[in-house]
Amino acid sequence: MSEREKTHTFVVYVENKPGVLNRIASLFRRRGYNIESLTVGHTERPNISRMTIVSSIGEGAAHRVEANIYKLVNVLSVEDVTHATTIARSLALIKVEASEATRHRLLEFVRVFRARVVDLAPRSLIIEITGAEDKIHALVDVLRPFGIVEMVRTGQVVMRRGAQDSVPKMPEGDDRQNERKTGPEASSAHAIEAEHPGSV
Amino acid sequence: MNDKARFDAPDAPRKMTGAEIIWECLERLGVEYVFGYPGGAILPTYDALTKSRVHHVLVRHEQGATHMADGYARASGRVGVALATSGPGATNMVTGIATAMMDSSPIVCITGQVGSSVLGSDAFQEVDITGITIPITKHNYLVTRADEVGPSLREAFEIAAADRPGPVLVDVTKDAQLSTCEFDWDAAAPRAHRQVPVFFPSAAELNDAAALINESRRPVILAGHGIILSGAGEEVRRLAETADIPVALTLLGLGAFPASHALNLGMMGMHGEAWVNQAIQESDLLIALGMRFDDRVTGKLNTYAQKARKIHIEIDRAEINKNVKADVPLIGDLREVLQRLLPLVNPNRHSEWWSQIHLSKKDSAVRDIQNLPDNGHLYAAHVINDLWRETKGDAVIVTDVGQHQMWEAQYYHHEKPRSLITSGGLGTMGFALPAGIGAKFARPDAEVWVVVGDGGFQMTMAELATIVQEKINVKIAIINNGYLGMVRQWQEFFYEGRYAGTPLLSPDFVKLAEAYGIPGLMVTQRSQVIPSLNTARFHAGPALIDFRVEQEDSVYPMVPAGADLHAMIRRPTPLVERPTDE
Repeated sequence: MSEREKTHTFVVYVENKPGVLNRIASLFRRRGYNIESLTVGHTERPNISRMTIVSSIGEGAAHRVEANIYKLVNVLSVEDVTHATTIARSLALIKVEASEATRHRLLEFVRVFRARVVDLAPRSLIIEITGAEDKIHALVDVLRPFGIVEMVRTGQVVMRRGAQDSVPKMPEGDDRQNERKTGPEASSAHAIEAEHPGSV
Repeated sequence: MNDKARFDAPDAPRKMTGAEIIWECLERLGVEYVFGYPGGAILPTYDALTKSRVHHVLVRHEQGATHMADGYARASGRVGVALATSGPGATNMVTGIATAMMDSSPIVCITGQVGSSVLGSDAFQEVDITGITIPITKHNYLVTRADEVGPSLREAFEIAAADRPGPVLVDVTKDAQLSTCEFDWDAAAPRAHRQVPVFFPSAAELNDAAALINESRRPVILAGHGIILSGAGEEVRRLAETADIPVALTLLGLGAFPASHALNLGMMGMHGEAWVNQAIQESDLLIALGMRFDDRVTGKLNTYAQKARKIHIEIDRAEINKNVKADVPLIGDLREVLQRLLPLVNPNRHSEWWSQIHLSKKDSAVRDIQNLPDNGHLYAAHVINDLWRETKGDAVIVTDVGQHQMWEAQYYHHEKPRSLITSGGLGTMGFALPAGIGAKFARPDAEVWVVVGDGGFQMTMAELATIVQEKINVKIAIINNGYLGMVRQWQEFFYEGRYAGTPLLSPDFVKLAEAYGIPGLMVTQRSQVIPSLNTARFHAGPALIDFRVEQEDSVYPMVPAGADLHAMIRRPTPLVERPTDE
């Protein structure tokens, strides 16, 4: 299947249980899709974790992955936020070679990029930068000639702008899993479906 | 604990071991049979079996246990249960679990696991079965504490049967089976942990679908397994009859719509009749009901039903637009969706469309091997067709995979749901015999025939002993052509007849059956087929017939894999005869 690939970002809420990450990663692996970045962390609610998964895949593939992630029992919600307006951030720590001669210029770049120096040693310094991916790329590009010793990046975290959220609706009281919901909410969920048809 | 105490105060929490909780839950869930094989890590559970009313069926290989549970589930619509030990016991289940996954069959597999303190240490008979089965189960559980046994098992049963059914595995460590806890059935009830939005079609979407149906001049219903799973046979019949729509069936859909119904076209796909595939290719509207546009059904996707709009009614959202783009997807339980759709569908007649379809049958009848005079050769098609005639289409037929499976689909005409049990998606050889045993447990009053090739039979024939030990009355028809027939056919068609690894030596199946105490017959002539079938049918117990059929016959018509659906290889006329080795 030849599809134009594009960076897709999924926000997934999951139960914080052993093996959940494996189940989700497995859906990408079995289809031969590479995960560019994946972050997991606690949320404001106990026992619920939030993942941000970034993968370069086609539109139809993204739709299939989303639908299959949703089928996992431990998944509370999944949303492909690629087409939504979002804030995306990641953090990088970059250890760069720094001599007496180059340190000054490095500090100048750090100031321009609104990054921070978090460690300073005789021959190196560690720069911390937070921002969108392209900003981090740009800093890495200008640092490269100085000699990057080591770099670590967190992967992206993404949140929708404005009041709209990706937070799953939780069952109230003792609702059974099979209880059916109909009405406007169900059909709007279905409208999202129709907006992203597979491009097979 | 005696039965009286158990049922006088069923809801009071009681101290029980994890092993006892397993049986308690199975009983309360209405499980009658468990297909299993004991071993070290599941021993505490087997020990507790002695106090349970559940009937345990000892299999000869754990793959057989999963296929039996699967056959039981498909024949009854209820959840089938298989039980095995850790390590090799668990890995032997993998094929059966994958089979159930591909064909949406609800089974729960319970495996023993090494003690939780040694998990991950490569202990004796330890294998990461929950890791292995992630891609082939709807869900699985690693249970390390007795108090997790009840909730996990109850949820497993619910998940297996819900929505699109499938297999669930529950892996229970030995210490979880041995230790005790207060067990409370009600407290172990599955709890909603997420608000499940049901993607039920809106009125507008239903109207869109109805408009397409009402406007269509050349509609075809594609009837799949979902009709049987949803119990929507009646709704499908009403839809077809109201709007005069031809019905084509998938392999797993056979039985969902009566074969004798005037609107039934037959099976679609790779070995479907030519006119069925022709109708799909010429159609202006495909109404896909509980099917998933498998590659064996569509052929080449780029040329598949190009003139047709598509309505896809399906409970699994992940199937929508997976292979074929749907113009109107309706997500939900098929029966419920059809009940809402039916009032919007106008009565209609499509006589022009029907004459076009009838015209496309052309010389099909001449090419049908069924209509050839007896030339002394025995064809599998004869055997299957005679079996259909003699059982009046009333038997439950359980097939294996390969040529005989396709001939069964072509020549046994299924009137009722759950009368054909076959491994479709995974194409698992060795499925038939154990699945047939499971089906017989589910439907003790039904006449159950295992139709199996000489290759597939030898994969799981050890279960003959299970038949005898359990005194199970299944009849076995071996379609014996001395080859792995379907592979041989592909070698003939696509590899210039180089028969690598397909000529197959078999034991004397009649003597083999007799060694197990099962009467056996061998048949080489067409005239012997009906007498032998009736000898087997009226024998009060299991029986086996070894049908020595034409060795190098092929299944026609055939759409080569990945080819256009309308590009079919037809049976040559006149029939090419080859001498047999007999």
